[in-house]
Amino acid sequence: MARDRDPGREIIPAVQKLRIQHAKRDRLRFTSHRDFQRAFERALKRAGVPMAYSAGFSPHPKISYANAAPTGVASEAEYVEIGVIQVVDPDKLLAVLDEVLPPGLDILAVVEARTPDFVARLEASHWRIELPGTPVATLDQALEKFMASSEVLVDRMTKSGLRTFDARTAVIRANVESGADCAILQVVVRHGVPAVRPDDVLAALKKVADFAQEIPPRVTRLAQGPLLEDGWSVGDPFTLDREATQA
Amino acid sequence: MTVQSVFPALEQLLPRVQKPVQYVGGELNAVVKPWEDTIVRWCLMYPDAYEVGIPNQGVQILYEVLNERADTLCERTYAVWPDLEKLMREHDVPQFTVDAHRPVGAFDALGVSFSTELGYTNMLTAIDLAGVPLHAVDRDDTHPLVIAGGHAAFNPEAISMFIDGAVLGDGEQAVLAITDIIAEFKTQGSPGGRDELLMRLAKSGVMYVPAFYDVEYLEDGRIRRVSPNRPGVPWRVAKHTVMDLDEWPYPKAPLVPIAESVHERMSVEIFRGCTRGCRFCQAGMITRPVRERSMTTIADMVANGLEKTGYEEIGLLSLSSADHSEIAEIAKGLADRYEDTQTSLSLPSTRVDAFNIDLANELSRNGRRSGLTFAPEGGSERIRKVINKMVTEEDLIRTVTAAYASGWRQVKLYFMCGLPTEEDEDVLQIARLAHEVIKAGREASGRKDIRCTVSIGGFVPKPHTPFQWAAQLDHATTDSRLYKLRDAIRQDREFGKSIGVRYHDGKPGVVEGLLSRGDRRVGKVIEQVWRDGQRFDGWSEHFSYDRWMAAAEIAFADEAVDVDWYTIRERDLSEVLAWDHLDSGLDKEWLWDDWQDALSDVEVDDCRWTPCFDCGVCDHMGTEIQVGPTNAVMLPMPKIPSRVVATSGA
Repeated sequence: MARDRDPGREIIPAVQKLRIQHAKRDRLRFTSHRDFQRAFERALKRAGVPMAYSAGFSPHPKISYANAAPTGVASEAEYVEIGVIQVVDPDKLLAVLDEVLPPGLDILAVVEARTPDFVARLEASHWRIELPGTPVATLDQALEKFMASSEVLVDRMTKSGLRTFDARTAVIRANVESGADCAILQVVVRHGVPAVRPDDVLAALKKVADFAQEIPPRVTRLAQGPLLEDGWSVGDPFTLDREATQA
Repeated sequence: MTVQSVFPALEQLLPRVQKPVQYVGGELNAVVKPWEDTIVRWCLMYPDAYEVGIPNQGVQILYEVLNERADTLCERTYAVWPDLEKLMREHDVPQFTVDAHRPVGAFDALGVSFSTELGYTNMLTAIDLAGVPLHAVDRDDTHPLVIAGGHAAFNPEAISMFIDGAVLGDGEQAVLAITDIIAEFKTQGSPGGRDELLMRLAKSGVMYVPAFYDVEYLEDGRIRRVSPNRPGVPWRVAKHTVMDLDEWPYPKAPLVPIAESVHERMSVEIFRGCTRGCRFCQAGMITRPVRERSMTTIADMVANGLEKTGYEEIGLLSLSSADHSEIAEIAKGLADRYEDTQTSLSLPSTRVDAFNIDLANELSRNGRRSGLTFAPEGGSERIRKVINKMVTEEDLIRTVTAAYASGWRQVKLYFMCGLPTEEDEDVLQIARLAHEVIKAGREASGRKDIRCTVSIGGFVPKPHTPFQWAAQLDHATTDSRLYKLRDAIRQDREFGKSIGVRYHDGKPGVVEGLLSRGDRRVGKVIEQVWRDGQRFDGWSEHFSYDRWMAAAEIAFADEAVDVDWYTIRERDLSEVLAWDHLDSGLDKEWLWDDWQDALSDVEVDDCRWTPCFDCGVCDHMGTEIQVGPTNAVMLPMPKIPSRVVATSGA
């Protein structure tokens, strides 16, 4: 734990905010969100990033995490925002931070935050769900039934107990592909409360169709961001910041 | 021959277990080498859960020392929880390393580090899951050598049927010597197989090989003698001692796990050994003499470690850190260096004196002062003389008064219950002491919200200490003394609400006592209890006293001994102890005299500051005390330019 600082000590405000896109790959997909937070904060230290700290007895570095993917799920699109007390070069930050993080926790992009309401821009996620051993036709049938339903209620254990909610409405688009020894479900899900997660979609498929999955699926979040004009493609949430920087 | 990663199979099981991240490795500073490029392959195990095992300094040091050799690779494995063990058995996934997920059975040596005996059952799980026969005698040339190390290896007799060897003392040079022997043997084409390799290791004196010693018993159950059964094997096997810790500044690149561990900090060992002479303390006896690391090396290790890990807390470790000859300069130097950072320093120290408070004040210079810990160990003046913990009540009151006066709000006091010659009254004195502490603290601080927590554990006599002959207190009496103490504190109307009591029941101590002073016959109990499902003995939710006692009942059915014989029985000088052929350097006569001194309340000083007391270690092992001061100066930290700050904006 960080040393508890004298609350009377001068607090240096952040002069810049940076938004970071990172991946969680391969065996490190088993990293929980808490694990990632700890590893990331240590990486910032090793990288020598001049972090801004909160005031109070136990100062914390200024970091906000958005919509972390569940433990066991890989991701190409996780987002973090940090506040720093000296102006940082986003390209250098990308290179150095990636170097000090273990392979599997990889930094993909860094932009200077130039626009408000970043989290609100993360409207939907695109998930790729590999189902080893499942025939494509079986998955196809299940998906057809699911998409034809207007509502599919599923249960999930949450911190506040068992919750029942609809997993269908949030699914904007879904299709089935054939992989090496698996069927692949590509699905775009709109974020909401409670968030519909890939395992909720699978639970819903199992509910509407006779469809068992013995081997655990391999899930990857491919993208997270604003819904584009076509109503189902997921865009890059950094576009607005990049445009603002160039302007 | 190459060895395949078991990860593809393991990966299928991980979504179904608790905290899967503990099995995936990927720690910062972990090393993975190509299998074919090396001759000798070590797997090191800490026989507890990953979260407990990963911070272990012994494993981290040896991991690095071994991986620095071009001809050697070293990986790590930890105990898997029962949920994964069950799935691994169902799906034929063997015990694996976390580094490259290679099967443990494919390595040349499996080194298991035992801080305590409570890891024995977990070792059996790992050996069995690795597909290695449980008994050393059933292993062949394809199986790894199973080698025990750590403090418990000073008496490995209870696990002697499961291990091929045990290494006593400091591991740095010993593992390299073992590696040399294995490398030469393999390069020669492994002539004579496993037996020849073990003979070479035993003859060199680097390792104790239990199979090369026979134990004979007397009719009453005591040991008649222990003797080598092969020519060329030493009668006694000696411990290893690393001299000049500045030449061994490990770990240089500490492992930083992604999973949460029990010690979220970086540790720097500031000296090894302790000569305070506390009679209950096995660590202090078997790690003699004191060897200090210099202030300069410590400062370099701290700076390097912080840079390599990103940790925010540094622990300056040793058996009694405030006793380093230059600790004041080290504390001030480090506090100066890291004054304007988020880095905090901690110094686990049990010393009860004002100097300790000065140090704690220095290390918390600009932080909040929450709690300080002291270890008087014994409740009464008399019992503290018995255990040679030279602290008077006056010292203690003066020290805690200084602590409360400098703004510390909570004081923790460590004690033991069940010490030799102890009566109820000795333990009840703790209640009075805590009362005096609060009284003095309220006066010194002028506040009523100060607290004192009394933490008390059962004493377990350990091999290679003056108390190795002592009778352990039975668990019923231990518990009744603890309850009396608890009640006495509750009945303190004036200050009872300011005093907290923490204690554990006496039953786990009985099993620890059985294992730590056990002989080869105890191995059957360990195997039986493991077959009955016992795992993770250090975890109260997994430990079962009844299962252990039932196993002992079966294992000792045809023996002249039982659990009481090993635990609550006092030994005499003439008895051959199970560990007499294992040489910690301590002279048995000296230990006996010290035991007799204990019984007549005679204290003995610290040989760092007084003439030698002839404990035997330095003479016998060819070692010497290495203490400062070096009179070096710790310079301010050079400012390292940030690699990420924009050049114009800086």
